[in-house]
Amino acid sequence: MLTRRFFLGAGGATVAALSMPSMAFARANTSRRFVFIIQRGAADGLSILGPTGDPQHASLRESFDQDLAGGTKLGTFFTLHPALAQVGGMYQDKEALFVHAVASPYRDRSHFDGQNVLETGGSSAYQLKDGWLNRLLSLLPGGDSRALALSDTVPMALRGTNQVSSYAPSKLPGPNDDLLERVSAMYEPDRQLHGLWSEALATRMAAGDAQGTGQNGAATGSVAAKLLAGESGARIAMIETNGWDTHSGQRGRLAAQLKNLDGIVGSLKSGLGTDWTNTLVIAATEFGRTARPNGTGGTDHGQASAAMLLGGAVAGGKVVADWPGLSAASLYEGRDLKPTTDLDTLIAGALAQHYALEPSRVIATLFPESRGTAFTRPLIRA
Amino acid sequence: MLETAIALNRFGLGARPGDPPPANPKGWLAGQFSRFQPRPRALAQVPSRSAVIGQLADYLAEARTNGQARRKMQPASLTTGAAQQTDQQADPMRRYFRQAIREDYLLMNSARLNSALTTDNPFAERLVHFWSNHFAVSVDKLPVIGLAGLLEFEAIRPHLFGRFSDLLLAVEQHPAMLLYLDQVQSIGPNSEVGRLTAGRGGKQRGLNENLAREIMELHTLGVRTGYSQADVTEFARALTGWTVSGIARGPVARFIGGGDDGGFHFADGLHEPGDRVIMGKRYSEKGEAQAGAILLDLASSPATARHISTKLARHFAGDDPPKAIVDRLTAAYLASGGDLSALYRLLVESPECWAPGFLKFKTPWEWSVSALRAVSQSEIEPAIAAAMLKELGQPTWQPGSPAGWDDIAASWAAPQALMLRVEVAQRLADKAGSSLDARSLAEKALPGSLTDSTRTAIARSESPQEGLALLLVSPEFMRR
Repeated sequence: MLTRRFFLGAGGATVAALSMPSMAFARANTSRRFVFIIQRGAADGLSILGPTGDPQHASLRESFDQDLAGGTKLGTFFTLHPALAQVGGMYQDKEALFVHAVASPYRDRSHFDGQNVLETGGSSAYQLKDGWLNRLLSLLPGGDSRALALSDTVPMALRGTNQVSSYAPSKLPGPNDDLLERVSAMYEPDRQLHGLWSEALATRMAAGDAQGTGQNGAATGSVAAKLLAGESGARIAMIETNGWDTHSGQRGRLAAQLKNLDGIVGSLKSGLGTDWTNTLVIAATEFGRTARPNGTGGTDHGQASAAMLLGGAVAGGKVVADWPGLSAASLYEGRDLKPTTDLDTLIAGALAQHYALEPSRVIATLFPESRGTAFTRPLIRA
Repeated sequence: MLETAIALNRFGLGARPGDPPPANPKGWLAGQFSRFQPRPRALAQVPSRSAVIGQLADYLAEARTNGQARRKMQPASLTTGAAQQTDQQADPMRRYFRQAIREDYLLMNSARLNSALTTDNPFAERLVHFWSNHFAVSVDKLPVIGLAGLLEFEAIRPHLFGRFSDLLLAVEQHPAMLLYLDQVQSIGPNSEVGRLTAGRGGKQRGLNENLAREIMELHTLGVRTGYSQADVTEFARALTGWTVSGIARGPVARFIGGGDDGGFHFADGLHEPGDRVIMGKRYSEKGEAQAGAILLDLASSPATARHISTKLARHFAGDDPPKAIVDRLTAAYLASGGDLSALYRLLVESPECWAPGFLKFKTPWEWSVSALRAVSQSEIEPAIAAAMLKELGQPTWQPGSPAGWDDIAASWAAPQALMLRVEVAQRLADKAGSSLDARSLAEKALPGSLTDSTRTAIARSESPQEGLALLLVSPEFMRR
């Protein structure tokens, strides 16, 4: 559905950057770009990055995830969904790294609490009042880094004491996104309305991208690339994608979602040109989905999912997973993929390496409740 | 859930924040029976029936003349100046009449809405809406556009607390119904007019069974309750002669007779002579009285009692109403001779209608009325009111079929319907501005039934307008 774009300009980037790229901005002290793509609605990591080598996979998922038969083989164990064609190409070029069985510290199944944890960087919902992406600004060289949100409203991950300005490229028709999100939260405990509302949002998304060609995503990626490219470009951006809550009709809906995501990442790469080599993109979701499909061709709220690290800066071409297995005994509460990797430590480690920051300082600032230590294995090219 | 909330929202049309909550909910509802105003101030500006019928008759005459002129001119020459002139003259006229009739509809729709927003007797107004839907006409049939509102104002409102048979007779004799279900076109084959047209070898016109069938199937007995096709045809024969005065222009009008006020008229020249036999009973009455007698029998049938009782129970006790309440209503209907007040009283006294939780998903009309009442809006631009209801999926008096709108959640609780309500809620909230505090409003609109998640959502909203929009689309506000 609606893809919203949020940008953090690390050097006083303003709205004028869109129309007048030659305008001089204070140059940021880093050439490194970071783009956070949030997948709202709980993306199904088992469909996106299928553990086709797991002995239980055939019985649990083979017919449900039949699209994986045409996907990109990542070694002998995992298969990437075919809708992620450009991402698959990045993997071949060692610009994509996947992490599986990964999850935030959140262990319940509410989208909104889960997204709050994912965006604030706390260990439970509404514990922290600002977002980790906002706190990241204070770690970056340049000090007075300002944030630009390309929308009417600012998502939780960007909210905080560091200044965020916003710009909406065009007025979206109909209700504003913030209201839609709040309606989603309000309907979540209501079985009937939650289901109907999910369908309404999915339809809205499909209408916005009628052919399911990912053109919307490509357009989003192009705008983001324009704002990030060049010396005066912004250094940090956040892109929101909604519609991952596939309780029914998952096969078609997920393929459309992934084409959209593939379009975002593909046009980011082509739009950024040489800056792509300094770019890290992280795509993550609030939690995963049930290992076993439900009765309506979909999956329900689960635990661990998959995360993606993409970009020229990434030491890619690999899948990082402490694979927990899909047998009934190894599933979390007998139903969900068990989390074995902590998303907080992954993000902290990747950003520490990307910006050459002290890992302990990064994790303490971004994820103050975390008891883990930032990833030290190489995620970013030296 | 508090009885107050049920009285305000399930029986009424939604709380208005300025009104004190009823101290005695059941007494408040029962008190509306005598306080109800058949013609409240909100309906004062509604165009009169004779004005509407006059426009309609002129329009139909103009359309006929124009059609004849066109048919005459076309074979002669495509470039005839006169033909062009006729078209140029006629089309603005037709447009004018069409416009005028549409204007009537807009005024009546907004009068209906204003009455619902300003009434102190919302339970009674809800019952008006219930019967208007039971006796549905649909304005997608052009002649009905200006009359649909009048059916509700003239036939339903005055008989709201009377006997079902009186309500039935008033509705079936109203021009809106006679036109909508083609009764004005029905001619007894052996009537004076029927024999004349047959003798002249004119266009075959005869019996039209539409009204007879829908009275039996929808208005009284209910579908598959034992009547046969032969009964429908016999009833249609009995109904011949029931027509509207002033609708015909020219020579036909002389045969039909009557005034020109657009009221019910019995035209003996159209009536099929002879006795009729319906469901084994012989009707030997003459003229208008024949169909009248049949209607009375239909009104007192146990099948009708059950049909009406089921629909009333469904409206207040849930989509699939408990059998016990339907049985009690049916018994009360039969014992009281179809006294509608007795049925309403029974509804108010029935525990099934006071069951906690939410029994009904609001229709777009119900949701719109309750939302406007909640934001204390008492008037709305006629064109905007009509557009809003159309957008939400329930244009007033336009259900598209004589069966009316469904009264079950499955027909209304749909993904796109929710999205549309969210859009409308946002517009209403933006219009209301930041003057309303959604937090206190929520407690007044949904006394004792506000959930924590809605309360939290409203409290966390970014602006008063957003909080208000959230209240209007909250799960509690979507239902009653």
